[in-house]
Amino acid sequence: MTDKYDMPDARGHFGPYGGIFVAETLMPAITELNEAYQRYLVDPEFIAELDADLRDYVGRPSPLYHAQRWSKHLGGAQIYLKREDLNHTGAHKVNNTVGQALLAKRMGKTRIIAETGAGQHGVATATVAARLGLECVVYMGAVDVARQALNVYRMKLLGATVVAVESGSKTLKDALNEALRDWVTNIDNTFYIIGTVAGPHPYPAMVRDFQAVIGREAKQQCVDQAGRLPDALVACVGGGSNAIGLFYPFIEDKSVKMYGVEAAGDGVETGRHSAPLCAGRPGVLHGNRTYLMADDDGEIIETHSISAGLDYPGVGPEHAWLKDTGRAQYVNITDDEALEGFHALTRMEGIIPALESSHALAYTMKLAPTLRKDQIIIVNLSGRGDKDMHTIMQREGISL
Amino acid sequence: MSRLANKFAELKASGRKALIPFITAGDPYPEFTVPLLHQMVAAGADLIELGVPFSDPMADGPVIQRASERALAHKVGLRKVLSMVMEFRKTDQTTPLVLMGYLNPIEMMGYEDFANAAQRADVDGVLTVDLPPEEAESCVALLRERGIDQIFLLAPNSDAERIRKMDAVGSGYLYYVSLKGVTGAGHLDTGDVKEKLALIRANTALPVGVGFGVKDAETAKTVADLADGVVVGSALISKVEASLDDPEQARRDIITLLKSMRSAMDS
Repeated sequence: MTDKYDMPDARGHFGPYGGIFVAETLMPAITELNEAYQRYLVDPEFIAELDADLRDYVGRPSPLYHAQRWSKHLGGAQIYLKREDLNHTGAHKVNNTVGQALLAKRMGKTRIIAETGAGQHGVATATVAARLGLECVVYMGAVDVARQALNVYRMKLLGATVVAVESGSKTLKDALNEALRDWVTNIDNTFYIIGTVAGPHPYPAMVRDFQAVIGREAKQQCVDQAGRLPDALVACVGGGSNAIGLFYPFIEDKSVKMYGVEAAGDGVETGRHSAPLCAGRPGVLHGNRTYLMADDDGEIIETHSISAGLDYPGVGPEHAWLKDTGRAQYVNITDDEALEGFHALTRMEGIIPALESSHALAYTMKLAPTLRKDQIIIVNLSGRGDKDMHTIMQREGISL
Repeated sequence: MSRLANKFAELKASGRKALIPFITAGDPYPEFTVPLLHQMVAAGADLIELGVPFSDPMADGPVIQRASERALAHKVGLRKVLSMVMEFRKTDQTTPLVLMGYLNPIEMMGYEDFANAAQRADVDGVLTVDLPPEEAESCVALLRERGIDQIFLLAPNSDAERIRKMDAVGSGYLYYVSLKGVTGAGHLDTGDVKEKLALIRANTALPVGVGFGVKDAETAKTVADLADGVVVGSALISKVEASLDDPEQARRDIITLLKSMRSAMDS
């Protein structure tokens, strides 16, 4: 049973969500970007160049790995890991930055800007900017600069300028604000590479399309290895780019359940979390309408998560739509549970996952035992954990 | 005719230009604002843009960002700002007042509830930085039914088609942002503004206010010679920031600056 899915509409709406909510100065740039994206999306030469880069530079396809020991240990469904952690730069983020950088080049832009939370998107952007010889400025909240020092150094090595953002809560949302301010000021020569499926149209659709390679590969690999489609997909959701990348090619396959895992921080009931889909409400931030964490006056609330990459008060508008329509389910995992997931995979399979991905793993630990042994879960292992060693050592009181 | 349309008609008849100060409501503390509104009117303000503090002011430079942060530290949000307007109206029923801010506070209140509350408070116009005309239909309709103008921004890179779109959906006046960037940045290029205003006027009959880069009496005078209104924001708020330990000094400095602009514009 399949229903055709063709979101968003021409103006970037996923039902009531998405759209273009930006200051007037950005409108011409967004129109220009949308035209370029629509044109190159179907341009065989562009697609061939992108595919070659994904293969030879990123290292795609990434493996789909049957985690047999862990599956057996949990005693339920067979768990397959989509190994985005094995990509160049160590996470799924590079799928999108390679694509947007090729667009920037086609559009004649000479300067790249980006926002970053955990630093993975910043590193992936600095990487492609270095490769193409483009000037690169990355905005990062001062709090994140402190907790992700290793990635800051990586970006600097790659030649990027990292600007520590001191305004507001000094995290990812403030980095986005500052990047938008830069863009509005340097609109003529600058391409803004947004790292997630948020922002004004066409970003949510464009980033999804660049990340959908994850789901397309996973679908084929699952059929090749197991002879059929999976029963469930699990991915963590901050802005939601790795989740949409996995989900999107499966949306019309109604037998495949989809679970997006938000960061519950100290627990959703404490208010100290980053789970707008589970505990927020619709509003407008950073160019689109979506679920947000905001107070009664519409002021954005500070978020909390052990994982810098999930520490964001909004979420991609397509997730808001998938939630409302019931096509995907959104659940949440606390910091402590995520750490259990982190250790479980590390010890059971010899793979050290990112803290973001550990949220998806922790939910899988709950889901797998409820399914039969012949059922299949694909978990998006969106990134590797090297960047998180310091955070985990601190949290667990370990010193070397 | 709306209070805004009236005001611009009246100014035109007397050959004067509108002086439009912008301040952030609740900066540096809530009780500072309403008396300042009255004092600005006395100093020659024709209409006032009152900033609604927002946690994520994406189009604002550091000066107005910090003003928002100071106001939010006192929990001044949209509801509180509406109550300030109500208080202002007790003794001033003639000066047009425009709320300027971002969409999310209005979204969270709900468009209809907001439109009703704005009408009760006797707000004349609403300028929402991140609400372009394509997404504005339902909000504009609700406000228009209640006699409230929706003000739209024009940028240096807005073309003729864009200007006609703003003309079709906006009312009251259009606000031309004179440079690419955030509030409080850069300096005004008179030649550019002159050229752009010619294009704007060819595509709309609405009055045009110009802001961004108006710092002192001289720049106010320059803009007044070209536009129908002069918007000054960051230069005023800088006075607040310069005297945080003595807000009354800030108040005097704001009034002195506005008076000097008024007399330069009228000379």
